[in-house]
Amino acid sequence: MEFGPHLMLAALEGAITAAILALTAVGLSLTFGVMRVVNVAHGEFFMLGAVAAWFISTTIGGHPAWGFIAAVVLAPLIIGLLAASADWLVLKRLDYDPERTIVATIGLLYIIQQGALIGFGPNAQPVEPPFSHRIALPWFEWTEAGFEMYYPWGLSTNSYKLFIIFAAAMLLLGLWLIMTRTKVGLVMRATQQDRDMATAFGIPVERIYALTFGLGAALAALGAVLIVPVQQAYYLMGHDPLLLSFIVVIIGGLGSLRGTVLAALLIGMSDGIISVFFSPTLAKIIATLLVAMVLVFRPQGLFGKGVH
Amino acid sequence: MSDISRIHLLHAAMVVALVICWFVLPVYHAGNLARIMVFAIYAMGYNLLFGYTGLLSLGHALFFGAGMYGLGLAMHLGGVFAGPGILAGLITALVVSGVVGFLALRTSGVAFMIVTLMFAQAGYLTVLLFGTYTRGDEGFVLPQATRALMGIDLSDAQNRYFAALILFGIVLFFIGWLVRTPFGRCLVAIRENEERARMLGYDITRHKLIAVILSGTISGLSGAAYCLLFGSAQAAFAAVPYSIFPLLYVLLGGMGTTIGPFVGTLFMFYLIDWSGGNMMVAGVVLVALALFAPTGILGEIRRRFTPWLP
Repeated sequence: MEFGPHLMLAALEGAITAAILALTAVGLSLTFGVMRVVNVAHGEFFMLGAVAAWFISTTIGGHPAWGFIAAVVLAPLIIGLLAASADWLVLKRLDYDPERTIVATIGLLYIIQQGALIGFGPNAQPVEPPFSHRIALPWFEWTEAGFEMYYPWGLSTNSYKLFIIFAAAMLLLGLWLIMTRTKVGLVMRATQQDRDMATAFGIPVERIYALTFGLGAALAALGAVLIVPVQQAYYLMGHDPLLLSFIVVIIGGLGSLRGTVLAALLIGMSDGIISVFFSPTLAKIIATLLVAMVLVFRPQGLFGKGVH
Repeated sequence: MSDISRIHLLHAAMVVALVICWFVLPVYHAGNLARIMVFAIYAMGYNLLFGYTGLLSLGHALFFGAGMYGLGLAMHLGGVFAGPGILAGLITALVVSGVVGFLALRTSGVAFMIVTLMFAQAGYLTVLLFGTYTRGDEGFVLPQATRALMGIDLSDAQNRYFAALILFGIVLFFIGWLVRTPFGRCLVAIRENEERARMLGYDITRHKLIAVILSGTISGLSGAAYCLLFGSAQAAFAAVPYSIFPLLYVLLGGMGTTIGPFVGTLFMFYLIDWSGGNMMVAGVVLVALALFAPTGILGEIRRRFTPWLP
């Protein structure tokens, strides 16, 4: 394959990474924005989503589409409830003190991860996609004969991968509508701006916190349900999404949803493209150092407006 | 008895008790104790920053790894002896913690934790990137013949135990002394109320930077000692869990106490060992500590019985 088509394929893979990353990172950003809690266990909720998707689809059996539909509905619900109860049982009792919540979520990370190892086992398990059609992609070229469109050999994608991008975009749109057009969103934003004032106006802040924590985890789980037919469910798979989500949330400006989505696109696309052409380890080193530098020299993030 | 002589007595009693342990304990547990003392040095270094200065770092594995690879690579590739090797490890950790401290201290709170985490992650990945020299996850082994200091074979179990004990004792007395100096008092003042310490005219940034460098160098000493005494360096020692361990040890033992790090390391080591290396125990302990005992074992003892505890 020539350079052009190769780049296009890399960009497509990057777009899938970006779509899933946007969902996961928006979940992290939401909990940080509203609750000021750094949830180190976020990646584990992602992993649980994938494991739940595998579990649901193997239990239901039949056509993979049924399992997929059930997983899309049930997995985020179960994991959201799990996260909300973790908030209720642990984080609430810590009064959301930053250091103690970090310690507690590190603890949750290991509990969930090792729990998955015991319940799910150390092997990676595949999940069948609900549908999958090979789609050949065209490539355009200006030659001496004029404009030409042809289908290079090997340049193809599959319909499910395109569906991931579409579905993630729809979900993000839905979340944006919830946050800006509904009462729940209004109440959440009010809590984010001023917790004490929100309490004074009779908003049940504790319940909003549990809801936010659950919603954040559900978004990560949803991202995992979407990606698991392309990847595989594995008990250590939460590590990379956690780190990348951190990177995205920081670059996008802590707590800013729009910045998070923009940063997810930037990081996801460049991760996809860089790791095709360079050593992935080197790409990760550069990305992590870049993030550290952003935090040091521009703590409000690249897209953020000002310090809170 | 004055508080200061009580503190000296406590530290001396602890060292004497550890000497006795070698002769009393079965070989297996004595071997464990050597390892625990090396990790307790790491925890004490971490405690200086977290417990006394109030800065929570999530990236101390970087300093531990810097010491480990500073010594390991100098001996493995450079072919130097153990003495210069230790020096190489200490200098590497000093330089790394100086750079990280200089940059990371421009942030505070959550940002500080994430910046240190990111630096440590970059360090871990760098070890993997130069896999040709570091052998990555697999690591490399220091040949037994090179692991000797002043003619003493450190791969021998007894020599190893007492070498670990001597280092542990030095660091214990150093920290016991440091936290009672005006400098140490100022670190505690920063932990308790940074703005107030600044108002009183202390140079906060300088104090914090020195705290990071001291803490990082002590952690590096522990990494170098581990590599020398146990003869291997692996990338896993620079990975995220090794940034979490000292936090766990210090929280369990009691942050801001001189012997808390050792107590925490001792308990946690046997707890993880007993559960067959299952990290779930670590997770449960972390959550339980955050919920019920934020001051740790020694913190509770100090609160209830012995307010003079250092």
